[in-house]
Amino acid sequence: MGRRGSIGRGAAALTAAAIALMGTACTSQKAGDTGRGNADGKIKVGLVTKTDSNPFFVALRDAARAQATKDGAELIALAGKFDGDNEGQVAALENLVQQGVDAIMITPSNSTGILGAIKKAREKGVLVLALDTETEPKDAVDATFATDNLAAGRSQGAYVKAGLAGKEPKLLMLDGAPGGTVDEMRHRGFLAGIGLAEGDSKIVGKESTNGDQNKAQQAMENLLQRATDVNAVYTINEPAARGGYAALAARGRAAQVLVGSIDGGCQGVQDVKDGKYAVTVMQFPKKMAEQGVQAAVEFTKSGKKPSGFVDTGSVVITDKPVPGIESKDTAWGLQNCWG
Amino acid sequence: MSTKTKGNVSEFVLRTPAVGPAIALVAAVVVFSLTTNTFLDSDNLSLIVQQSLVVGTLALGQTLVILTGGIDLANAATAVLGTLLMAKLVVGGVPGTVALVTGIAAAVAIGALIGGIVTGASLPPFIVTLGMLTIVTAVSRIYAEGRSYPVTDDTLAFLGTRQYLFGHVEVTVGMGLALLMFVGAWYALTKTAWGKHVYAVGNDPEAARLSGINVRRTVLSVYVVAGLVYGIAAWQALGRVPNADPNAFQMGNLDSITAVVLGGTSLFGGRGSVIGTLVGALIVAVLRSGLTQAGIDSLYQDVATGVLVIVAVAVDRFSRRKQR
Amino acid sequence: MSEQVPVLQARGLVKRYGKVTAIDGADFDLLPGEILAVVGDNGAGKSSLIKALSGAVVPDAGEILVDGEAVRFSGPLDARRHGIETVYQDLALAPAQDIATNVFLGRERRRSGPLGSVFRLLDAGGMRAEAARILGELDIKIKSMTQAVETLSGGQRQGIAVARAAAFGSRVVIMDEPTAALGVAESAKVLDLIQRIRDRGLPVVLISHNMPHVFEIADRVHVHRLGRRVGVVSPRERTMNEVVGLITGALALSDNGELVEVYR
Repeated sequence: MGRRGSIGRGAAALTAAAIALMGTACTSQKAGDTGRGNADGKIKVGLVTKTDSNPFFVALRDAARAQATKDGAELIALAGKFDGDNEGQVAALENLVQQGVDAIMITPSNSTGILGAIKKAREKGVLVLALDTETEPKDAVDATFATDNLAAGRSQGAYVKAGLAGKEPKLLMLDGAPGGTVDEMRHRGFLAGIGLAEGDSKIVGKESTNGDQNKAQQAMENLLQRATDVNAVYTINEPAARGGYAALAARGRAAQVLVGSIDGGCQGVQDVKDGKYAVTVMQFPKKMAEQGVQAAVEFTKSGKKPSGFVDTGSVVITDKPVPGIESKDTAWGLQNCWG
Repeated sequence: MSTKTKGNVSEFVLRTPAVGPAIALVAAVVVFSLTTNTFLDSDNLSLIVQQSLVVGTLALGQTLVILTGGIDLANAATAVLGTLLMAKLVVGGVPGTVALVTGIAAAVAIGALIGGIVTGASLPPFIVTLGMLTIVTAVSRIYAEGRSYPVTDDTLAFLGTRQYLFGHVEVTVGMGLALLMFVGAWYALTKTAWGKHVYAVGNDPEAARLSGINVRRTVLSVYVVAGLVYGIAAWQALGRVPNADPNAFQMGNLDSITAVVLGGTSLFGGRGSVIGTLVGALIVAVLRSGLTQAGIDSLYQDVATGVLVIVAVAVDRFSRRKQR
Repeated sequence: MSEQVPVLQARGLVKRYGKVTAIDGADFDLLPGEILAVVGDNGAGKSSLIKALSGAVVPDAGEILVDGEAVRFSGPLDARRHGIETVYQDLALAPAQDIATNVFLGRERRRSGPLGSVFRLLDAGGMRAEAARILGELDIKIKSMTQAVETLSGGQRQGIAVARAAAFGSRVVIMDEPTAALGVAESAKVLDLIQRIRDRGLPVVLISHNMPHVFEIADRVHVHRLGRRVGVVSPRERTMNEVVGLITGALALSDNGELVEVYR
């Protein structure tokens, strides 16, 4: 029995050692580039993205890290585990506040789910900025740096309308995640741009894709099964557009259908260049991150708070410009794309 | 530890499987307290407990199921459906308490259904709960109609919003409820015949049957009780984030299994403790909080958690092989 | 002896698994206060017979009588309610649980008063003391009742299972190959244990392959072959070779109890 007891303790000691090892490994890594907190007055900025995996958020994170380094600030990048991980984002906010950051930039998974944690952070004097996605209400954060997604959706819709050149649209919509704020805005913007009301019979089908290429391809395959005379497709983002295009191409329908998208990722722009889809509306995560970090640094130094909605803009990218719609070609797009 | 045990430390360790994880937890707390100056304060300790509440409660139900030799992949999905029922019913004008009870009852019903299929059709719990995960998730999305529901009712948010100060430590009602549930489960598992039967069933179902234990009824009861626990996890979730979101807790099943494994409970069933699970859930939150205090990005935090899980299972295997 | 009512009796038991007939019209008689050994070749259907008698298997036909009364067992619990306890070959112990828990597994005792009736609190101390008493009475030496069963030796585990059966069996204790997995010294202890149980007045059914063990302690030997009883003999009147002859079918028992050679 004593034998087993000592093994139990040995096991515990091993686990403890593993933790200790991780702890010291982390701290020794940090020791080089930072003293503690306010000792050397280093500005600390927290970033909480929806996930760590989506290239958009990776671009956002990398740009924020680059800008922070440039401004002499430290960036701690946290993320939810999946799109919709409100609990994880709340914990991330709490831990960042506890850590003593001066400002937090967050892309909320759910525009209302994390308001309590944001409120607590602001009460403790932390500047909270929303990136990419607005909160509801908007003034729950100090300021928002984001694409005007309604406008971006409208641009896509307007282009598709012009591209159809007077033909009556037969529209399929590859939506994002049900209930997502950004997803809703792009969807509504697109319908406004193309001039259709929700529920119009010219919308022959719509499916949630969660912005996932595989799901989008599957959704498009299923939609095409029952709607054969489609001539226009709305997509929530470029992965969805790629999935939709693959399904169309497999049916030999790609040439007859006008596919629009939003994002401006480099692969998306390349797709437009390759003629897979006609247009994408580029957004600028780098600008969001850079302007966010700059605002945070400015706030820490001077106490000046940014406010309101800062539109980081969106640009129509196409090699087939249509009259009345301002656009840039894919050459410009490839120079300015992200990811 | 009672003083009657003749101070025999090795026997105490032997009879208390949570000791290993507890030492690991203390070690983590000590390391982070020494290496950061923001980790060890009363606010943060309270926060860490609050951050462990939902996964900890899910893991409590998961522990019961795993002790019988099963596994529950649908636990978080069940809780999410519970949150949606609670929040959406209130939007529809139903009183908060009625909505709360309905949400919990739905979770119990799902537990009973899973338990009924597992015992009635003798199907592997992994398969049954995998199927149920898909079904319940879809039902949640259908019911949610593509949106999330902010909680407007005080009863539903009560566990997180009602707070008391003990000295400098902020204590929510949810923390008290979780403590009560863990103590209750510990009591039921170690001090009642039902608990002995749960362990025996997980240890060796045939031996349990031949010893006169009604194995099916015991397993069924475990899934029903687990369902109740998940229903309360739903309530805890609304206390933490007052918003019922069909996309929430997609990793809750795996997170709860992580906590169970870190707590020293064997995935083969029949060995482990809910106190270990509590410690396991706290270890994850301590790691997350501590590594954030140390300025580590979340991707590296995930690596750390993953390493710890594998170490914990390896230790479990190692110690069991030595015992034989 | 013939006027004694058998404690446990079976008449014409039949159990089929598909095309295989495991019990083929078997009879069985256990008399009060005896050790009855059941012997037979592998596949002779000893285990199926014993499972039927202990309620683990429900026979397709035939009847089981306890103290002369016909009974029906639909599960092990039914047999236990009639005072029939079984020590299975794989012991039916929960290895990770402690000794006291295993002794009382499936029939735990609660504390008296509201602690027991309302809070379902087990009488852990009482069960430990009782388990220690039971083991002590049978001279099974184990230090602590809180030791996990998996930390014990094979013989000690056997001791726990036997003690459990002896403590709760009021009519019959059935043991399936109790010495099969044990060494010489431990086997001797278990045989000793079986005799002590018999000496306390509890009849024992001993299923065994081991002829020396059977001849050492059995009062009568039930020989099983091809799914049925081919005879009951006294180990004092017959030799091991004769019993082996019955088992293999080389010998048969005539109507007047004489052994006759079978020519094929």
